Amino acid sequence: MSIDQTLPGSLAPEDKANLQAAAGAPEAIVAPPGGTGGPVLWMRKNLFGSLRDSIITVLLGAVLLYVGWGFFKWAVIGATWTAQTADACRANAGGACWAYLVEKAPFMLYGTYPFEERWRPTIVSLLIIAMLVSSCDRRMWNWRLAAMWVVGFAVSWILMFGGVFGLPYVETGLWGGLPVTLILSVVALAAAFPMAILLALGRRSNMPAIKALCVGFIELIRGVPLISLLIMASVMLPLFLPEGVTIDKFLRALVAFSLFAAAYLAEVIRGGLQAIPKGQYEAADALGLSYRLKTQMIILPQALRLVIPPLVNTFIGFFKDTSLVYIIGIYDLLTAGESAVKDPAWRGFANETYLFLAAVYFIFCFSMSRYSQYLERDLNKSHRR
Amino acid sequence: MSTATAARNLDASPVAIELRNVNKWYGQFHVLTNVNLTVRKGEKVVVCGPSGSGKSTMIRCVNRLEEHQTGDIIVDGMTLTNDVKGVDAIRREVGMVFQQFNLFPHLTVLENLTLAPIWVRKMPKKEAEDLAMMLLKRVRIPEQALKYPGQLSGGQQQRVAIARALCMRPKIMLFDEPTSALDPEMVKEVLDVMIELANEGMTMICVTHEMGFARSVADNVVFMDRGEIVEMAAPTEFFANPKSERTRLFLSQILSH
Ligand SMILES: Nc1ncnc2c1ncn2[C@@H]1O[C@H](COP(=O)(O)OP(=O)(O)OP(=O)(O)O)[C@@H](O)[C@H]1O
Ligand SMILES: [Mg+2]
Repeated sequence: MSIDQTLPGSLAPEDKANLQAAAGAPEAIVAPPGGTGGPVLWMRKNLFGSLRDSIITVLLGAVLLYVGWGFFKWAVIGATWTAQTADACRANAGGACWAYLVEKAPFMLYGTYPFEERWRPTIVSLLIIAMLVSSCDRRMWNWRLAAMWVVGFAVSWILMFGGVFGLPYVETGLWGGLPVTLILSVVALAAAFPMAILLALGRRSNMPAIKALCVGFIELIRGVPLISLLIMASVMLPLFLPEGVTIDKFLRALVAFSLFAAAYLAEVIRGGLQAIPKGQYEAADALGLSYRLKTQMIILPQALRLVIPPLVNTFIGFFKDTSLVYIIGIYDLLTAGESAVKDPAWRGFANETYLFLAAVYFIFCFSMSRYSQYLERDLNKSHRR
Repeated sequence: MSTATAARNLDASPVAIELRNVNKWYGQFHVLTNVNLTVRKGEKVVVCGPSGSGKSTMIRCVNRLEEHQTGDIIVDGMTLTNDVKGVDAIRREVGMVFQQFNLFPHLTVLENLTLAPIWVRKMPKKEAEDLAMMLLKRVRIPEQALKYPGQLSGGQQQRVAIARALCMRPKIMLFDEPTSALDPEMVKEVLDVMIELANEGMTMICVTHEMGFARSVADNVVFMDRGEIVEMAAPTEFFANPKSERTRLFLSQILSH
């Protein structure tokens, strides 16, 4: 925390100096006596502490080496790095075929989006990633962030669909790959989060009608598998719409995902709300804060930071669950990968494909996980009970 | 100090809080039975009584943290009803300090103080911060303004809580056992602040078992038992010759240690 930033401008200079002294220049960090002792000591303590430890270490080390060596032989030593056709790879069956990935990765990342227009999903993906990264900074958490996302979504919409500014129109049926996965998960979660907060608050409401509505929604949505919701959205919903009215399949999937995520997130958030002591509500009431102010300034900020780990857990789960849209024929990252495997010219490189897809998913999920750890630490620095 | 003069002066001053035949039940359990109490502007009332006698319930009814079922509660001329606007209006005039401090742990001390003035009173931020710093100086912890409540001692936290309530410029202050959760060596620093506040003429109802505080500050001491006000008298009278047997028993218990 920068002290100057948070100090009221109106303070007298001597007050300011006192405050800065009291808030404390960062204390000099003194190493604990003894120190950590370097890697050799660490290994002796943690890996070879006793005879039993040593045996386990040696055995596990051997297994790891064996498996690791096998993978290394396959992925590096025996791999085919460049090849014009699949035949070169097939001749070298004991090694990975990275030439295949060089050839097919663009298809997996973009799906069937028209070749000449691929710069558009590229920009959209980069834009979404950039917005996600810049949202990570807590100093950005104000109305500007919301405005940025609104503009970002509008730009993404225009770029993906086209049809204006001389961009050729691209229907959602042709969208595919990483942008689809990103748009589905980010838009659905962004829509679900505020909905989830309202549901969680509603479920704790004193008003029976509101409470029943929220409980009913949550239990209903949570009680059915995501797949059946997706199928209902894609097959059943059109039956109920008046003749001539169609809603895009992609949008229907988005709505289904948002509702599903909202029900799950609502329960996570409710857990946080329940952990806030009654005294916090009473103190806010006693100060004359309205329900809205109390919720917004006192209860939610505390409740949400309590549930960061389960929230991120749910986020990660949903990011991966977007791959279920293959059921209703939407071409996300995983589906694009599967059809790459089936390409007659390059059939049979499933290992490489799934390794690649796993790596892409992992990068996103691991970043989310690391960010949540950072956020928890950062928030706890100031918020010590 | 002279209780007699204080009492005489008070008779002329307007009524700040009036409880008339207040009754409250928790289910079948009768917590408050026909409670009658008048507190005049500038008067300091100390409430004592055994655990579970309804002291907290009574003062929490004054700012509607608890709802009473029958009788009238009139605060600063306004009768408490279910009307949300009215309740908020009363809460703006009545500050409360809790046994467990109940500071907002995610906000700095300064933010704890300025939140309500800025958002409820619509005070400009700078003005609210000036007021907050002034009050923090009064409770003698201006140097803690940028810390978080979790970084302060219990006594400091309770003084912040008092300053937070004062930041709304209340006409009346309610204290619910403000020193019971404190280590003994911190009790005095909080009581000193409360005594100062009392000397400035604040109207106060204070639930406490600090009988020294009651002696030196209170205009009236109220003894409650089983949901009733058993006895109410000026402190000299109250401690010297309590009228009811229950009061005598209670006093002998708490004064013996
Ligand atoms: N929410 C509630 N539901 C049911 N009973 C309650 C509730 N709150 C308090 N009570 C009961 O009402 C009685 C009075 O409680 P109150 O908190 O007012 O007592 P107190 O005089 O403040 O006691 P203490 O000195 O322990 O704080 C107690 O017997 C308590 O068990
Ligand atoms: Mg109590």
